[in-house]
Amino acid sequence: MEMPPVDDFALAKKDALVTRLGEVLPGDAVIHTVEELKAYECDALTAYRCPPLAAVLPRTTEEVSAVLKVCHEMEVPVVPRGSGTSLAGGALPTADSVILGTSRLTDVLEVDYADRFIRVQSGRTNLSVTGEVEHEGWFYAPDPSSQLACAIAGNIAMNSGGAHCLKYGVTTNNLLGVRMVLMDGTIVDLGGAHMDAGGLDLLGVVCGSEGMLGVVTEATLRILPKPEGARPVLMGFDSNEVAGACVADIIKAGVLPVAIEFMDRPIIRITEDFAGAGYPDCEALLIVEVEGSEAEIEEQLSTIEEIARRHDPVELRRSTSEDESQRIWLGRKSAFGATGRVADYMCLDGTIPVSELPRVLRGISDLSEKYGLRVGNVFHAGDGNMHPLIMFDANKPGDLETCEEMGAEILKLCVEVGGCLTGEHGVGVEKRDLMSHQFDAADMEMQMRVKDVFDPSWLLNPAKVFPLDVTADRRAG
Amino acid sequence: MLTPRSEDELAEIVRGANGPLSIRGGATRHLPGDGEPLTTRGLTGITLYEPGALTLVARAGTPVAEVEAALAGEGQRLPFEPMDHRPLLGTDGEPTIGGAVAMNVSGPRRVQVGACRDALIGVRFVTGEGAVVKNGGRVMKNVTGYDLVKLQAGARGTLGILTEVAFKVLPAAQSQATLRLDGLDADAAMAAMAAALGSPFEVSGAAWTEAGTFLRVEGLEGSVAYRTGKLLEVLAPWGLAETVDDPWADLRDARAVAGPGDVWRVHCRPSQAPALIAAVGAEAAQMDWGGGLVWLRVAAGTDLRAALPAFDGHASRVTGAADTAPQSGSVAALEAGIRARFDPRGLFSPMTETA
Repeated sequence: MEMPPVDDFALAKKDALVTRLGEVLPGDAVIHTVEELKAYECDALTAYRCPPLAAVLPRTTEEVSAVLKVCHEMEVPVVPRGSGTSLAGGALPTADSVILGTSRLTDVLEVDYADRFIRVQSGRTNLSVTGEVEHEGWFYAPDPSSQLACAIAGNIAMNSGGAHCLKYGVTTNNLLGVRMVLMDGTIVDLGGAHMDAGGLDLLGVVCGSEGMLGVVTEATLRILPKPEGARPVLMGFDSNEVAGACVADIIKAGVLPVAIEFMDRPIIRITEDFAGAGYPDCEALLIVEVEGSEAEIEEQLSTIEEIARRHDPVELRRSTSEDESQRIWLGRKSAFGATGRVADYMCLDGTIPVSELPRVLRGISDLSEKYGLRVGNVFHAGDGNMHPLIMFDANKPGDLETCEEMGAEILKLCVEVGGCLTGEHGVGVEKRDLMSHQFDAADMEMQMRVKDVFDPSWLLNPAKVFPLDVTADRRAG
Repeated sequence: MLTPRSEDELAEIVRGANGPLSIRGGATRHLPGDGEPLTTRGLTGITLYEPGALTLVARAGTPVAEVEAALAGEGQRLPFEPMDHRPLLGTDGEPTIGGAVAMNVSGPRRVQVGACRDALIGVRFVTGEGAVVKNGGRVMKNVTGYDLVKLQAGARGTLGILTEVAFKVLPAAQSQATLRLDGLDADAAMAAMAAALGSPFEVSGAAWTEAGTFLRVEGLEGSVAYRTGKLLEVLAPWGLAETVDDPWADLRDARAVAGPGDVWRVHCRPSQAPALIAAVGAEAAQMDWGGGLVWLRVAAGTDLRAALPAFDGHASRVTGAADTAPQSGSVAALEAGIRARFDPRGLFSPMTETA
């Protein structure tokens, strides 16, 4: 994977840059030694690393603004970073850039239950937002699997989803407003404690723009009253096709579960070895979860189980206790970790129309044979967001490259059947060069024009999302 | 009236245009601006509907009624419950699905499931330079590239002429029940609605008019019965709520504020709604979205923005010439920049500048 060439002139600016940053920030907020910068050389896409010129950890919107003004003046690229959990390399630095971390922006600014929102600084972790309101019976809905660590800033940048977004939507559907700083240091407020934009929905385009339009420092988030209860049911099937048909029938029946998760045989075996959740040994497993009171759960699960029976399940097991629910979820939630114990793996994130599920799973299986790499599938079936895990050996020369090539083929297949490259992880650097498979030049041109408005000099996270050859003229200024 | 029959034909017209185009679908939601009239009513048809994937794609000029009928045939619906502007504005014609998107039209259920923009998952549009552009797609989870879908929702056609729109749809409710509390002023109604919306009983409508305070639950039959009972307990401090016939079509269409004068929509922080209503001395008022949306009818020509105290949100006039909320300096500059890059020749802007 290629990153833009770095000119020596940029590197030569380092001393002057560190001095200028030290003038606008407290001493402990500027990181510039080689040893300390190691912590910022990659995110969760660990195959790619590059130390930045410096990293800064501001505590206020005003400090963020001051940093950006300095970098703008000195024409130094800035790469914003939440908690560094991006699987797509969204926070991967370039050698000529400054990392702007949000890790010290952690204050809760306002909680209002009558108006149903919380306003926080953007470096706060996803789970700690819920932690702030759950004693009153509320929660923040988007639940990416990294929610213990990931920052709201990164959630907004990537428009993060999670297992429960079938019912509650993704970040953009739960974000009411932001305070953000443009590359030139201008502080802008979009949205707020009210619903919907008065003019253009700029908040809508900022969310998911991968930190390329501005640095979000504060967020107003919608909070929801917690449901009275939740319960999963486990279903095993003889084939992926049948499981896929069952998902479609459940959705058509008018019950909308809060989550429908799918695992195929390789993943079932790997997770069962690790977590011992009591999964049946079958081709495909569904976990369907519903919410409500005891009576409501009963009503919904009865309908769902009746549908499942029509598809001859090899297993149909409703959780009967909180303990059993946790065990059923334990397997699903440990799928990535368990896979990591048996192999190195690359996690893909394409979305497909649910109706294409059998075709895509067959295609993935064919590719697995062609490239000689194992694949396990675990994903959010209700919304078609797949997570094929391609297993490889990082110590075997050429294996990573083979894996990347195969990953690209799978994502192209997702696009071909009417889906997309990424459902919740973002493009980052990982899928940047595949963008032209999903978008024509005119499609990308209009997206890039939005960046032209927010960041005319293309200094904010400039080497992400769009293929480098497409952005070359713009990045050159 | 220019009535292109295909996206290509529309793009050709835009490329050849020498002056402003006055764009409309059925023109039921606004007074079209100056320029050569162009309607998307020639671009019709549902191009894809997969009930099992909760996905529907339609050309922009397709009547809302046709989309709703197709969905109803499979026991599904548009989540955002778009209003019909005709009773309020006295317009006729056929409301189009593209028009609903261009105005981000969202009804009472917005408070639970989100706005039109939240259900919108893909668009195709023709830019001011006549380029055909797509964004988003037909899948409900998609973060590939920038989200121009949201940007187009509510842009009133100023960033391009929509040719196709794609939605995430939802199952229709098997049953619904509505509770009404009588005799509450705006303050008490706002508090009662906040209590209901703050409960786990999944309220899908919370509105207030002179006729009462209305709260809706929807879902499976047993569930609706259960939640109605629970809500009665939650609402007890404000009186004994009674079950009433479904009032939501009238509430959705803001019938309570129809009449002579100017009608305004105010989007606000819900708890601020009663103070805004009190400050204005409106001839008629309605709260929706638990107070997050306030409808006000005032004497024709009233400068409502000047009459309102400072609040978190924005106000737009709905009747007569379009009058959308002005933006602050840096936001206005961003908006102007985007309009200039999506429509460099200013062909599409007149709609918000009608006199």
